[in-house]
Amino acid sequence: MTTLAEILGTHPFFFGMRPEHLDIIARCATPADFGTGKTIFTAGDEADACYLLLDGDVALELVAPGQGPHVIETLHSGEIFGWSWLVEPYRWMFDAQALTEVRAIRFDAKCLWAAKEADPQLGFDLLRRFVAVIVDRMQAARMQLMDIYGAPR
Amino acid sequence: MAPLAELGSSPQAMAPAWFSVRRVRPELADTVTIDLVPPRGAFTFAPGQFTMLSVFGIGEIPISISGDPAETATLTQTVRAVGAVSTAVVGLRAGDLVGVRGPFGSSWPVTHARGRDVVIVAGGIGLAPIRPTICAVLAERDRFNRVAILYGARSPNDLLFTDDLATWRARFDLEVLVTVDSAGRGWHGGVGVVTKLIDRAPFDPARTTAFVCGPEVMMRFSAERLMTAGVPARDINVSMERNMQCGIGLCGHCQFGPTFVCKDGPVYRWSDIAPLLAVRET
Repeated sequence: MTTLAEILGTHPFFFGMRPEHLDIIARCATPADFGTGKTIFTAGDEADACYLLLDGDVALELVAPGQGPHVIETLHSGEIFGWSWLVEPYRWMFDAQALTEVRAIRFDAKCLWAAKEADPQLGFDLLRRFVAVIVDRMQAARMQLMDIYGAPR
Repeated sequence: MAPLAELGSSPQAMAPAWFSVRRVRPELADTVTIDLVPPRGAFTFAPGQFTMLSVFGIGEIPISISGDPAETATLTQTVRAVGAVSTAVVGLRAGDLVGVRGPFGSSWPVTHARGRDVVIVAGGIGLAPIRPTICAVLAERDRFNRVAILYGARSPNDLLFTDDLATWRARFDLEVLVTVDSAGRGWHGGVGVVTKLIDRAPFDPARTTAFVCGPEVMMRFSAERLMTAGVPARDINVSMERNMQCGIGLCGHCQFGPTFVCKDGPVYRWSDIAPLLAVRET
């Protein structure tokens, strides 16, 4: 029977991680399913987890006063999301809403923190992988800010 | 100076032919697609080529061809109003006359992609110059392996060729992924940059030909993403835009390093053009 650690090891985010580290991370993981339209997390709430999206689509939204929700980005099968658990003030910056039926793996933030502090090598490896995701999102956000499809100025 | 014939241009390359406007279709608030009737009954071109379009008394601009290359009875071009001439073109009505020179320039290497996976990445109005390629690929769909069309626009209201997108999406032999940079909750499609779609497209990087068209920044990031996925730079093609005027490499306005975009481009291999894009202009 395939273990959760082995399944995680095949995902691009965890690919190449040491088996003993995958075992520890798998112990922080639980299945998390969300129906269409369900809120996964809300801006301002405690960022107590991160998610690996196995199946379905998720919208990250920003709600501005006097305006409706604005979709910042949509996430799709295979993506990992939620890094507010890594940095102070450990609060979600955006809302996350399931656009379809969503099947995900939820990683408990307290469990990950404990694992990181107990094994700095695991902590470094995990942080290195999250930084790559954060940089990718930041570059994408910069491209969006450039408004490259707008009329030439 | 070499005679025009040696430059691969017809002797009439500098003299416009007068085409009549058959139909003007609004695409976006500032963008239309116009169907033009050639004076001699037929107009042939290769996907990726452009024409010099002139409005009498106002001026002339380069416009890429957006129509199906198999439909030779009509020249179809998509124009966005950004200057005096393009604004005049957008304001044309059925029956009006416009001057047309061309077609000019290099074309997308569609035949080279036969037997391979095809990834088409378009951003904004960049879907227009690449539409003939999509038509050409679909006309002989069996000759290609997997085909993916990845399209990014500014917002849901800025998506070009929405009827085509719906038709292409309905096919089972195409992967069509669309994203916008910004949207409200009413939009049920993807939100994010077009380069991220490359990660979701099915293709074998070692046997893929990529066609990328859009703003230069978007093409650069798309090419880098494709190369990160394993597609060699020589198999990535992009379409450049510069100040094309004569269309035959004589006037020098579109010189880009050692090349003339009107004659050696607009379609280039990424491996050829990337070093020139890295040169900082002062």
